[in-house]
Amino acid sequence: MIQAGVIGVGQTKYDAKRRDVSMGGLVREAIDNAMLAANVEWDAIDAVILGKAPDMFEGVVMPELYLADAIGAVGKPVLRVHTAGSVGGSTGVIAATHVCSGQFKTVLTVTFEKQSESNATWALSPRYPYSPHINAGAGGYFAPFIREYIRRYDAPEHIGWKVAVKDRLNALKNPLAHLHIPGIDEKMVSDTPMLWEPLRYLESCPSSDGACAMVITSKDLVGSRDVAWIKGMAVRSEGTLSAGRDEVNPQAGIDCAKDIYDQAGITNPYKEIDCAEIYVPFSWYEPMWLENLGFCDLGEGWKLTDKDATAIDGEIPFNMSGGVMSSNPIGASGMIRFGEAALQVMGKANDHQVEDAKVAMGHAYGGAAQFFAMWIVSSSLD
Amino acid sequence: MSEEEKKDYAESPINLEYHYTAGSATTRFLNQVKEGKIVGQSCPKCSAVYVPPRGSCPRCGVATNIEVPLTDKGCIESFTIVHIPIPGNPIVPPYVCAMIRLDGANISFLHLIQGIDVEEIRIGMRIQAVWKPKDEWTHSLENIKWFTPIDEPDVDVATLRFQES
Repeated sequence: MIQAGVIGVGQTKYDAKRRDVSMGGLVREAIDNAMLAANVEWDAIDAVILGKAPDMFEGVVMPELYLADAIGAVGKPVLRVHTAGSVGGSTGVIAATHVCSGQFKTVLTVTFEKQSESNATWALSPRYPYSPHINAGAGGYFAPFIREYIRRYDAPEHIGWKVAVKDRLNALKNPLAHLHIPGIDEKMVSDTPMLWEPLRYLESCPSSDGACAMVITSKDLVGSRDVAWIKGMAVRSEGTLSAGRDEVNPQAGIDCAKDIYDQAGITNPYKEIDCAEIYVPFSWYEPMWLENLGFCDLGEGWKLTDKDATAIDGEIPFNMSGGVMSSNPIGASGMIRFGEAALQVMGKANDHQVEDAKVAMGHAYGGAAQFFAMWIVSSSLD
Repeated sequence: MSEEEKKDYAESPINLEYHYTAGSATTRFLNQVKEGKIVGQSCPKCSAVYVPPRGSCPRCGVATNIEVPLTDKGCIESFTIVHIPIPGNPIVPPYVCAMIRLDGANISFLHLIQGIDVEEIRIGMRIQAVWKPKDEWTHSLENIKWFTPIDEPDVDVATLRFQES
């Protein structure tokens, strides 16, 4: 298999309403930044891979065609990926796979969401035929799983507040983050209104406009550029309505993580991974994913969070950029995790850089927690 | 320039109408629901019981062709209390949205809980359906107004996980 690396990551400024740009302008902002960072011109791009969450989020069907000019795809192979909230991650995996196949040398990949052009909670709460209309957005769907996690492991309620604070303090070091809340503390979080019990307002992700792009190339074209080598990547899914499914600790997440650790030769992720950008849209998903991804035993995740292991200077920093809790253009949110992991091992994460980060993990999940995409990137090929 | 001319965006609501084909498994299920009966479907290979049935077992990839009559009793596998209004949804918050696990079923579905102070709702609590008047029954789980607690001991939800025998 061809070795592939990320040579450029480009992001937009994330905000509730990016009315200064159209959808095309938004994706192009991320692409221009990625191509500038990668130092490549359009003639070097062999294919374009676009990902985003449901078309209902903007009301534009088949956006990869609508945006063909803006994403530079005219006359080039183009592919659209859609795996719900995990799409930013799976789009990264698919783009890298195009390079690893040997069929394409350099691939541009971009993901976006312009949530201000519609209402995501509305789009996620449709009335299904022959059923009571009680869907209440992503928070309403995930809150029962979180409640079961808290019950199962007797976790104290301040854990959720703690993650909400930690991620927003990290966001203050990331000028691109949507939410900048100086002075945020656990009291501020616990004073905010309950949305989907047990989740409060500040324990939930925002709704953002934004895009993220990456340029991925094969080993022989990297040259002297900064690069994040892709050491392992995988996607997994499981049946949403399958008997025996454990929504608190999905098997597809366990299997996906094991696959990328095996590819990267990692036997102890807690010790061998220097930092991770993990898809945490609601505060409690940090301890839940710590366990699901094998950073600790079941029931121990909240204890790691409680002792600051996931802080930017902790044993296993999670979401140094501020994470999904601070910026959530849904379709791009997974790729932001993958791209931020790449920036860490390239040493280009600026004020939210983890010192001496050599191995980083990017993670995304989506749908009814049944889609997973992950990768491991490294500063060295060995 | 007037304020109107300065506007850099316009709201243009879209409407999507679609026809939904229930398929044979859901049709069988809904025909029973119209009569006030809940009939799950079982996998001939792993014996998992699905309600509402989708016609196949995601574990085994085979048709769930065995009909399994169930009662309208079960337990709360988990729940949330929704405090915010959802666009387009007529239900007024706060309301309790619960994962309902009927006795004998191996998956849960979402429905409402009423008839109890929300502070007293627990995971594992026993519940039973409260049906609309019979003359209002149609092909929909909306025939059940909500589920309400019954005076039976709580269930240990850890025992609910389906294990292939």
